[in-house]
Amino acid sequence: MIFIEKEIQTAAYLFASILFILSLGGLSSQESAKRGVFYGIVGMAIAVLATVLGKGVEGHVYIIGAISVAAIIGTLLARKVEMTSMPQLVAILHSFVGLAAVLVGFGSYLDPATHTLSGTEHTIHLVEVFIGVFIGAITFTGSIVAWGKLEGKIMSKPLLYPGRHAVNILMLLASIVLGVLFAGAEGLDGMMYLYIMTAIAGFIGVMLVMAIGGADMPVVVSMLNSYSGWAASAAGFMLGNDLLIVTGALVGSSGAILSIIMCEAMNRSFFSVILGGFGTVKSSGEATAIEGEVTALNHEEVADLLKEARSVVIVPGYGMAVAKAQYPIYEMVKILQKAGKKVRFAIHPVAGRLPGHMNVLLAEANVPYDIVLEMDEINEDLPETDVVMVIGANDVVNPGAQDDPSSPIYGMPVIEAWKAEKVIIMKRSMSVGYAGVENPLFYKPNAEMLYGDAKDSVEKILGFLKA
Amino acid sequence: MKVGIPSEIFPNELRVAATPKTVKRLQKQGFEVYIQHNAGLKANFSDKDFEEAGAKIVATAADIYGKSDIVLKVKEPAMEEVDMMKEGLVMLSYLWPAQNQPLLQKLADKKVNAIAMDAIPRISRAQKMDVLSSMANIAGYRSVIEGSFYFGRFLNGQITAAGKVEPAKVLVIGAGVAGLAAIGAANSLGAIVRAFDTRKEVAEQIESMGAQFLTVEINEDGATASGYSKEMSKAFIEAEMKLFLEQAKEVDIVITTAQIPGRPAPKLWMDYHVAAMKPGSVIVDLAASTGGNCDLTRNGEVYTTDNGVTMVGKLNQLPTQASQLYGNNLCHLLDDMGKAEKWKIDMEDAVVSRAMVTYNGKINWPPAPLPVSPTKTKAAEVVVEDPKIVSERKNKKEAKSMVIKLGVIGALLLAMGQFAPGEFMQHFTVFVLAVFIGWQVIWNVSHSLHTPLMAITNAISGIIIVGGLLQTKADLSSSLVMTVLASVAILVASINIVGGFVVTHRMLKMFKK
Repeated sequence: MIFIEKEIQTAAYLFASILFILSLGGLSSQESAKRGVFYGIVGMAIAVLATVLGKGVEGHVYIIGAISVAAIIGTLLARKVEMTSMPQLVAILHSFVGLAAVLVGFGSYLDPATHTLSGTEHTIHLVEVFIGVFIGAITFTGSIVAWGKLEGKIMSKPLLYPGRHAVNILMLLASIVLGVLFAGAEGLDGMMYLYIMTAIAGFIGVMLVMAIGGADMPVVVSMLNSYSGWAASAAGFMLGNDLLIVTGALVGSSGAILSIIMCEAMNRSFFSVILGGFGTVKSSGEATAIEGEVTALNHEEVADLLKEARSVVIVPGYGMAVAKAQYPIYEMVKILQKAGKKVRFAIHPVAGRLPGHMNVLLAEANVPYDIVLEMDEINEDLPETDVVMVIGANDVVNPGAQDDPSSPIYGMPVIEAWKAEKVIIMKRSMSVGYAGVENPLFYKPNAEMLYGDAKDSVEKILGFLKA
Repeated sequence: MKVGIPSEIFPNELRVAATPKTVKRLQKQGFEVYIQHNAGLKANFSDKDFEEAGAKIVATAADIYGKSDIVLKVKEPAMEEVDMMKEGLVMLSYLWPAQNQPLLQKLADKKVNAIAMDAIPRISRAQKMDVLSSMANIAGYRSVIEGSFYFGRFLNGQITAAGKVEPAKVLVIGAGVAGLAAIGAANSLGAIVRAFDTRKEVAEQIESMGAQFLTVEINEDGATASGYSKEMSKAFIEAEMKLFLEQAKEVDIVITTAQIPGRPAPKLWMDYHVAAMKPGSVIVDLAASTGGNCDLTRNGEVYTTDNGVTMVGKLNQLPTQASQLYGNNLCHLLDDMGKAEKWKIDMEDAVVSRAMVTYNGKINWPPAPLPVSPTKTKAAEVVVEDPKIVSERKNKKEAKSMVIKLGVIGALLLAMGQFAPGEFMQHFTVFVLAVFIGWQVIWNVSHSLHTPLMAITNAISGIIIVGGLLQTKADLSSSLVMTVLASVAILVASINIVGGFVVTHRMLKMFKK
C-alpha cells in the first residue's frame, strides 16, 4: 500500500474544496452547469482517494464493498426516478446524510482515540459529537417523514396539537441537560445519554415535519437540505476535518438560501419555518366580497382565442405536472410558434414541489429553457400579452395577494395574469388552491375558465389548432 | 324554445341581430333559431351561411313575430311590426324608451315583454351585454378612418426622400368608449392625439391610450353616478370654449363624441370654432343623430363649409362587424337569463329589471337609479415625508443596529477564544468563512437550476463518507461495532454521492435551448 503524507492530504482536501465551490458556482447558468457537475465529481474523487490513501485507514475490503454496493443502488435510483418524484429522491438522500452523521457520531464516540484526549479538548470533542448526532438525527427522521408525505404514504395534513411548542421546548431542554451529563461522563459511560438524546432528536425531527402542511413542503425540503449540510459540518468538527466543515457549510448555506427564497415567495417568515408548524394561517378580518361572475369557454373557443393571439404566456402549476400535460403543451407551443406567435412560460418560485422543480419538468418535455421565464422577468410584459393560460396553478395568480389585505396570502408575490388581455384558467373544478383561498381572478371579466383534466384539455385544444 | 330574427325594415339599418357565429352559439344555448329570408343580406351574410350554421329560413316577418318565443332585433320596431307580435313574446332590440313613449305603450298593450338593449345598466357584470359600448367602439374606430379619408394628408409623420411630412393632430372630445376607441385608432395611425373630457377620472385612461389629456384650470369634476358626464357650470363652459378655440387653430381632425342619454347632444364646437380651423380640416360628429356636438353638423350628410372644413355627419356602420358584436351582446344576455333550459324572466335581477321596459302589460320605465361603480373610499391621508430624510434616518438606524450586532458577535467570539482550544478555533475560522463563500456563490445560482442545485448538494454532502472512511478498522475483534457503523455510513453516503451526481447530470442534460 502507498500512503500519502498528511500535508499532501490537506492539499488534496483544499483542492477538493475549491472544486466543490466551482461546482456550485457553475450552476449560475445553464451553459456552465454541466461543467459544474464535472468539477463536483472530480472533487469528490480526489477527496475520497486522498482519505483512503491516508495513513491510518484500515479495512479497505469493507470500504470497497460498501462503495460498490452503494454505486449500484445510487445509479439505479437516479436512473429510475421520475422527474415528478424528484422531491422524494432529494428528501430520502437528505435522510441518508442525517443517518451517516449519526453513525459517524456514534463511531467517533466509540473510537478509543477519542478517550485519549483530556480536559477541555475532550469536553469540546464530546460536545461536537453530541451536536453532530443531534442535527443528524433530526435530519434523518425529518427527511423520512418529508419523504412519506411527498410520496403520499403519510397524510399531508399538518398534525397540530395544543401545547406542541411547549413540548418542543421541553424536549430541547432535556437534550441540553443530557448533553451536559454526556460531556461530563468518563469513558463510554455517556452512551446511555447519547441514546436517549438520539431518540429525542429523532422525535423532534418527526414532529417538526408532521406539523407542516402539504403546500409548504418545498420550504421543508429546502430546510432539510440546509440541515443535512450542517450535519456534515458538525461531523467535520467532530473529526477535525476541514474538508467536511467547508462542504457542509456550503450545503448548509445553500439550503438556507433556498428556504429564504421559498419563504419570500410564500409570504412566510423564515423564523416561523425554522420553528416548524407554520403551515396554518389565520385569516384576518372579513374577506372582501368578490364581485362578478365566473364564465367558461369550451376547447374550440380557447383554440380560436389562441389562433388570434399574438403573444401567449403559459403559467404552469404542479397540477400540470401531475396530469403530465407538459408534453402536449409543448406540442401546442410549437404549433403556436410556427404561426409566428410569441409563446413563453412564467414560473412562480413555488410552482412545483421543490425550488426550480417546474423548470426541470418543462425541460424534461424538451421545452427550451430560454422561453421559460421567472415571475419577475415576465410580470412587466403581461399587460402587453394577449392570452395567459393558467394550467393547474391557482394561488400563484391570485390578485387578492395584491389588493385584498384580508386575504391570508396578502403580500405574497404573484404572477399578474389578470393584466393580460385574456386569461384562460384550466382547472378541474372551482375548488380552492393549497392556501384554501378563493381566487378573485376567476371572477374578473377578462378571465375564462376551461374545466377538465389538464392533459385532456390541451390535447383537445391541439386538435382544434391542427384542424 | 324558438328564437326568431326578422329583417330590419328601416332602410338605413344595415345590421342584423344574428350572424352565423351567434346562431351557432344560440343553438348551443339550446334555442331553435329561425331567421327571415335575406335578413343578413345588408350585413353580408347570405341565407346559405345561416342555413349552414343551423338556422331555419322563414319567408315572412309575420311568421317570425307570430311563432317565436323570443325575437332578436336591432332597430326599435315600427308600429306595424308590433301589430304582428304575439302576446307574451320577449323582444330584444334598441328601444330608446325615453324618446319612444307611444311605442312602449303599444308594446305594453300587446303584452309584449320588451327588453331595451340600450337600457342595460352600465354595471361591470353587464359589460358584456352593453350594446352602447360595443357600438360606440365601432363608431370611435370608424370616425378616425372616415376622418382620415376626408383629410387630404398622412396621419403619421414621415421623413422621406421627397421631404418631411408633419404628423396630423387629432382632437377627441369626450373620452367614453367611442372616444377612447378613436384615440386608440388615431394613435396607431401615427397622429398626435389630444383628448378632452370634463371627467377628471378618465385622464389616466386617455393617457394610457396614447393621447395627451387637455383640461381647463377650473376645479370641477363632471363625473356622475350614472357614468355619463353632467352639464357643467357657466364658468367652466367659458373656459372650455376658450380652450377649444386655441385648439381649433392647431388641430386637423376633430372627433366629437359627447352624448347625454335621453337628451339632445351638448353643443361644444361652435360656428366660430369651425371658422377658426384651417381649410382641409375635418370634423367628425358622432353625436349627429342626437343633434350633433357641432353647431354646423347636418345629420346624415357630409359637406364642406365655406372655409373648407369637411363636416362629417354620417358614418358607415360596419354592418358585418357591428352585427357580430351586437349578436354577441344578445347571446350574453340570453345566457344570463338562463339559456333555453332554465329560461326565466327574473325581475329581481338588476340587469333584467332595468332593461325590461314593458312587462306583463305594464310599462316599467324609468327604473330606479343605480350607481355605476361602488363609491371609492378615499385613501387615508398619508403624511408625505422627504424621501431623503427618511432614507437617511433609515441609514443611521441600520448603521446603529449593525454596530450593536457586530459588537455582540465580537464579544461572543472573544469569549469563545478564551475557552476553546486552538485547534477548534482554526476549524471554526474555516467554517465561518466557508459559510460566507457559500452564501455568495449560491445567490448567483439561476432560479431555474434550483432543483439541480439541491441534487448536487445532495451529492457533495455525501462527503460525510470521509467520516466513515476514517473509522473502519481491519481488526474486527476489537472494534466490530464501530466498523459496522462506519460501513453503513459509507454505504449511505456513497448512495448520496453516486445518486446525486447521476441525477443532476440527468437533469442538466434535459435543459436545452
